[in-house]
Amino acid sequence: MTTLFSIHLATAATAPVTPLFLLKGFLGVVAIVLIGTTTLIWMERKVSARIQARLGPTRVGWHGVLQPVADMIKLALKEIITPRGADRFVFYLAPFLPITASCLMVAIIPFDFHIQVTDLNLGVLFLIGISGIGVFGVLMAGWASNNKYSLLGALRSGAQMISYEISFGLNMLLIVMLSGTASLREIVLSQQGTVADWWIIKAPVLGVAGFILYLISTTAELNRGPFDIAEAEQEITAGFHTEYSGMAFALFFMAEFVNMMIASFVGSILYLGGFLAPQFGWAPLDAALDLAPGWLWLGLKALFCIYLYMLLRWTFPRPRIDQLLALEWKVLLPINFTTLLAAALLIYGGLL
Amino acid sequence: MSLHASQIPPGFTRIASHEDSEEFFLNVGPQHPSTHGVLRLVLRLDGETVREVVPHMGYIHRGIEKMGEKQSFIQYIHLTDRMDYICSHMNNLGVCLAIEKAMDIGVPERGEYIRVIVNELQRIQSHLLFWSAFGGDLGALSAFLYGFKVREVITDIFDEMCGARLTMNFFRPGGSAHDVSASVFARIADFLPELDRAMAEFDRLVSGNAIILRRSKGIGVLSPANALAYGCTGPVLRGSGIAYDVRRARPYSIYDRFDFAVPTATEGDCYARYAVRMEEMRQSSRIIKQALKELPDGPHRSKEKPLYKLPAGTYYSEVETAKGVFGTFITSDGTPKPYRIHNRTPNFCNLSVFNELCVGHKIADVIAILATLDVVIPDIDR
Repeated sequence: MTTLFSIHLATAATAPVTPLFLLKGFLGVVAIVLIGTTTLIWMERKVSARIQARLGPTRVGWHGVLQPVADMIKLALKEIITPRGADRFVFYLAPFLPITASCLMVAIIPFDFHIQVTDLNLGVLFLIGISGIGVFGVLMAGWASNNKYSLLGALRSGAQMISYEISFGLNMLLIVMLSGTASLREIVLSQQGTVADWWIIKAPVLGVAGFILYLISTTAELNRGPFDIAEAEQEITAGFHTEYSGMAFALFFMAEFVNMMIASFVGSILYLGGFLAPQFGWAPLDAALDLAPGWLWLGLKALFCIYLYMLLRWTFPRPRIDQLLALEWKVLLPINFTTLLAAALLIYGGLL
Repeated sequence: MSLHASQIPPGFTRIASHEDSEEFFLNVGPQHPSTHGVLRLVLRLDGETVREVVPHMGYIHRGIEKMGEKQSFIQYIHLTDRMDYICSHMNNLGVCLAIEKAMDIGVPERGEYIRVIVNELQRIQSHLLFWSAFGGDLGALSAFLYGFKVREVITDIFDEMCGARLTMNFFRPGGSAHDVSASVFARIADFLPELDRAMAEFDRLVSGNAIILRRSKGIGVLSPANALAYGCTGPVLRGSGIAYDVRRARPYSIYDRFDFAVPTATEGDCYARYAVRMEEMRQSSRIIKQALKELPDGPHRSKEKPLYKLPAGTYYSEVETAKGVFGTFITSDGTPKPYRIHNRTPNFCNLSVFNELCVGHKIADVIAILATLDVVIPDIDR
């Protein structure tokens, strides 16, 4: 395996930047975002319904598949209300930041060997940096709304996201150390071989521990239940987006789903071999599995992660803010450092 | 932060606990997802920490007691449905007991058994609602639906029994409005094993959950002295270790015939109140089983009087509802309408201790404490 510090700072070979390339990239990202959110909204409704012994939407289209479209039409037709005393400029700017950040992150996800808008050689760093922009949107929304619930939600969200970003970053660093590269494409390629070469299995114990830590820290990072204290309905009504209605709210809502989608993509890329088809070392089966395109495998792996996120959300009660922060600083952070140290020792000893 | 006197919400004695504090006020309700109705709370906060809570009531005041003075005693019974609408049978029974005491009306055996079975079934229903709301308030939204699924069975049974699902208006002085059919008793008997299964599931899902335990143990501790001083009753009192239950302390109806325990817990925190209610459901189930076994045939109501005219004087009755002691105080001047009628409702006293429990905890704990006090707002306002 490559050594610990073999991250190349040279620009990765990408397609030349032409207007056509930009247009194709833009359309691709928008298509993924729209298809992804509509699928996830429907899936969340159905999964939550099944967990709660309900049916979920059944009327709009086959098994309610058109429900997200109906939701979007409803939200688009609603009036956007500005509360009295709101800082109008910041109030209207805030919803655009999280969704912009999410769309930017889609651009570096490798969907197949040759399906990727651009491959940054420091893709992991880009992810951490861009996800920070989303926090600004939440903080601005909370501050500009002139509402104490919004402010409390924004402050909670700030404290939570900044804390969990550390775990998130350290967690990614683990894979960067193991694979010796920070480019998402290269990380996937470092897992070529059989299923046993995926980092979740290849790195003994560290892989599974890292994946679980990744799920926990991203759940908090995504502001999703059970760590959705920033929009804890039972405590602070809707948190930072209490005062938002119509499309302004829809943008926050979409950003949340796009973020979940990205977190699942990245989780699959880091631990589950990304777009690589699962190979079990038996030639006929491997050849059959390899027939399916890479984006389908990435999609299936991401759906698995998304299902885990949804299970977490709909089965657990919500911890309190101090308990949530204590979990990060007193439990997750030491464990993360330990895994990093263990990985470094393993690499130093030539075991990985 | 200095506030002008006009900016300080009513009910607060101080605006800050120290000079350079950055405390602020947060209004919660009357329209809020977890105030269980139209309760309004004003919190004095230091960041996330609660310094003082002032509950405001009156958003659903209907003047039920005053309305009672304009109506006959029988007509007053249905008004008590609208107090604690989760415990409407028990409220009805409270009024009926006072009238029976005043007019010396006897109740036939079957009527008494119907009263006990229906009351205990409603106690289970009320605690199921508590369980659902408690889970929901702590963020476990799925628990809410699991609880309601079971509660729905009881509501359907009441629907078949008296045609109402919430505001029953079923008991009358001397028994009940009409007899209960055998099919209803069969449904109740079928429901009890189902309840046992559901309770086992509830314990698996919520009672032992690590987050639930951390959110409820040591939160909102009510000392026995405070519980008595504020007049708390029901599971709130028993959660603090005082085994006072009217059914046992001063038995009404035929509660002295049944074998049941009065569950208590000593901690006085949110989890203690939760555990007491869970155990009470099991005890209620025990009472119903015994009553169903001994259920006699015969009339369900003693002979109805054309006019219920209470002799001049004052009368008081007490029943143990799912929330606590529900007292009915009637002053009669010998006419068919009460001169003055008053209800001592359990939720009013249980809410009064709220500030004592919340100080020093976080905003999220306020919601948990409110959920375990299990208040019903129309019962507070009347």
